[in-house]
Amino acid sequence: MTSLLERRRRRVDELAEASGRSLTADAFLRLRRNPVAIVGAVIVALFVLVSILAPWIAPHDAATAFPELQRTLRPDSIPGAQPGFPLGSDQNGRDFFSRMILASRQTLLVGVLATLIGLVFGVLIGALAGAFGGWVDTVLMRVTDVLLSIPSLLLAISIAALAARPSQTTVIIAVALVSVPIFARLLRGSMLAQRESDHVLAATSLGVPRRAIVLRHMLPNAMGPVIVQATLTLATSILDAAALSFLGLGDGDPARAEWGLMLANAQAYLDVRPALAFWPAIAIILVALGFTLLGEALREALDPKGRR
Amino acid sequence: MLRFIVRRLIQVVPTLLLLSVLLFAWLRSLPGGPAAALLGDKATPEKIAQLNTVLGLDQPIPVQYFRFLGRAVTGDFGNSLVTGEPVTTEIARALPATIELSIAALLLAVVLGIPLGYVAARYRGRPLDTTTVIATLVGVAVPVFFLGYLLKQFFAVDLGWFPPSGRQAVDIDATHVTGFAVLDGLLTREFDASWDALVHLVLPAVALATIPLAVIVRITRASVLDVMGSDFVRTANSKGLAPRTVRERHVLRNALLPVSTTIGLQTGLLLAGAVLTEKVFVWGGLGTLLAQAIERRDYPRLQAVVLLGALVYVIVNLLVDLSYAIIDPRVRVR
Repeated sequence: MTSLLERRRRRVDELAEASGRSLTADAFLRLRRNPVAIVGAVIVALFVLVSILAPWIAPHDAATAFPELQRTLRPDSIPGAQPGFPLGSDQNGRDFFSRMILASRQTLLVGVLATLIGLVFGVLIGALAGAFGGWVDTVLMRVTDVLLSIPSLLLAISIAALAARPSQTTVIIAVALVSVPIFARLLRGSMLAQRESDHVLAATSLGVPRRAIVLRHMLPNAMGPVIVQATLTLATSILDAAALSFLGLGDGDPARAEWGLMLANAQAYLDVRPALAFWPAIAIILVALGFTLLGEALREALDPKGRR
Repeated sequence: MLRFIVRRLIQVVPTLLLLSVLLFAWLRSLPGGPAAALLGDKATPEKIAQLNTVLGLDQPIPVQYFRFLGRAVTGDFGNSLVTGEPVTTEIARALPATIELSIAALLLAVVLGIPLGYVAARYRGRPLDTTTVIATLVGVAVPVFFLGYLLKQFFAVDLGWFPPSGRQAVDIDATHVTGFAVLDGLLTREFDASWDALVHLVLPAVALATIPLAVIVRITRASVLDVMGSDFVRTANSKGLAPRTVRERHVLRNALLPVSTTIGLQTGLLLAGAVLTEKVFVWGGLGTLLAQAIERRDYPRLQAVVLLGALVYVIVNLLVDLSYAIIDPRVRVR
């Protein structure tokens, strides 16, 4: 039996221990205890690993068409698995397995680049608005509000449609620009909250230069929600890129192996060989799920309300 | 209350003005300019110069902008490059199909989403809750167009329960009054036409509803959990109110506030999702119009549809804000 005093003492000790850790360390600790985070992290780690090792895992090239596959290739039948080609042929007589593996790289590239570009511009705009406030804030936020008032896929479509010839670059740019206003709004919000906080007031009264306050005190503390959003954006970027490909705004190069593009192009062969759509679809769903789980777990872990 | 409405309406004006500047800039930054886009393959420098004079594109930019604005305000967005018809006429014809599909999807999402989210919150941590949460996470990760094809392949092609595409069977002699196929059947008492339209609506609506459904379930669950932990619920419980009364009058009512905002935000997603769903099911609404515009690079049509999407989004969110003020008096003060 534990006495009341003992229980109280333990509670105080726990509190002391918790406050001894930094928010980041604390969040990381809670992340490691969360099964959702573990599942998300494992999926993402596998995805990254496959894409790094892709050239060594894939037995063949993504662009080469093989005569032995093409020989049996008909409009109404696409050859399935056979020796040397574990998943059979794609619609053009190329090794489907190799293309699946190599596509992980392109998909990762699209997701990461799109998110990174969106993040950099969004953070720049959000930080400027949040640091200066006043008319700078008003002007920047009005513009982001307008961008936010266009449904995101419609915005991505209009940007991608501006390109004379669609390519992977135009897809990345279109998907990235859609996330800029979201990042900007988010960072600006948490920067404004930082402006009012006590530690910024303390730094100001100590005579710390404004630039140092913004860069060292406000920005790092305001980045939490942005990092969470970036993880979630990785998932939506990959899905949006797939949607653009489906609408005919993806890369026109038939040799390019990217899951979204492969899924979009496979829709025409759904009756003939559904596996051509299923594998890329499963890959996309898994990866999107992985990033989403990780992002949601991160959000929970960084939420100070959960810190006890 | 009236002052609140007026203030919110005035706030929309600069947003719309900026949107028009943006769309104008978009049109100007077309590859080779609008004239080259209009002429397509037939473009020669002389023809482009000629067309630029006709279109007034040789005028100073501010003059061009105000002309564009003047035309846009009167509802003139030019003619489609493919059909030559005024874009607004095309949109007016396609709009009912998209509205019908979106309303069906939104109804599905709300009618299923709120109870599911509520039940998940009530049985928090139990298998039912866990399953629901996992399902919502997967639901958001599935590409909408792929889900559409799956539904079509399985329920229409393999099982034959639903028609695979279109809005109404060709052999049904339906009179069109409003353009809303289901409503038209009811109005003209052609109930078989109504039923047929309804059956056609099922698969596309389910495909379109998945993402809003997943989001509504999650927001409802989070919001109900939040309210259940609040002080006034504890007070209501401790003063001996029946659990049912607490749940219905106190928890659910307050929990629905954030949900109504989410529903407003989802309309934007619905419009975007409709583009993908309509392409899969050959629906013939705005999404089909947009998909064609993309394929043929029909810029006037593309621009008009995007503007309409933004406009609907802004208006719906304005309405949500206003309804919020009616439901929750505290909002009006700020």
